[in-house]
Amino acid sequence: MEQKKKRMALIASQGTLDWAYPPFILASTAAAMDMEVHIFFTFYGLTLLKKKIEAKVAPQTNPSMPMKMPFGPQGFQNFEWPIPNLIMGNVPGFETFATSLMKKTFKNKGVATIEELRNICLESGVKLIGCQMTMDVFGFKKEEFIDGVDVAGAATFLEFAAESDIQLFV
Amino acid sequence: MDKDMSIAKTLNLEGLLCPIPVVKLSNAVKGIGVGEVIEATATDPGVMMDIPAWCKSTGNDLISLDKEDGIFRFVVCRVN
Repeated sequence: MEQKKKRMALIASQGTLDWAYPPFILASTAAAMDMEVHIFFTFYGLTLLKKKIEAKVAPQTNPSMPMKMPFGPQGFQNFEWPIPNLIMGNVPGFETFATSLMKKTFKNKGVATIEELRNICLESGVKLIGCQMTMDVFGFKKEEFIDGVDVAGAATFLEFAAESDIQLFV
Repeated sequence: MDKDMSIAKTLNLEGLLCPIPVVKLSNAVKGIGVGEVIEATATDPGVMMDIPAWCKSTGNDLISLDKEDGIFRFVVCRVN
């Protein structure tokens, strides 16, 4: 019996490393569950389609972000460093530092990188759509994006979303 | 599990976190025939919930799912 595939429509609006995960995790999982998936990348989310992803974490705007060290004994790694927001927001290079800590921690724990998840999405037929308006506003060219990206607007997303079982804004 | 049910493929998912176990299981199941069986091991406790959910959603059969010495072992039969 040929069943109609379930559909999921996602909007990815954030370009930070932490917020890059949910759309790609959900999309790769949904594809593994035989769903048809479209992700519409808009505003800062559009940067996740660039050939080289340079997403960072922004600790100063996420005060609940646990600051942990990705090395040393387990007790040391589990310790949550109480770094004041004033420092996280004002010390030059703190974002880069926090980003490298998060990437290392993720790697140690066995979490896939954003690039790996994005490749899984492409290989499993997830449709990645860049927002035309954001491209125009930020001056992004289609050549800056990975192959296989479509460019469209809100109507294209809504047409698919209206026929979807799941619609999420990330 | 039936004794006469032979394993067509084994899959090592140890050390991997969500969503990779489900993604790899999905790919591996596509590589076996209908009625054939795959056995996998994993260390992410998330598989206890996610593998049954994946099976329910895709219509494949979860034959068994156990935890022993910190290793999760599950057997899935491809249905369609």
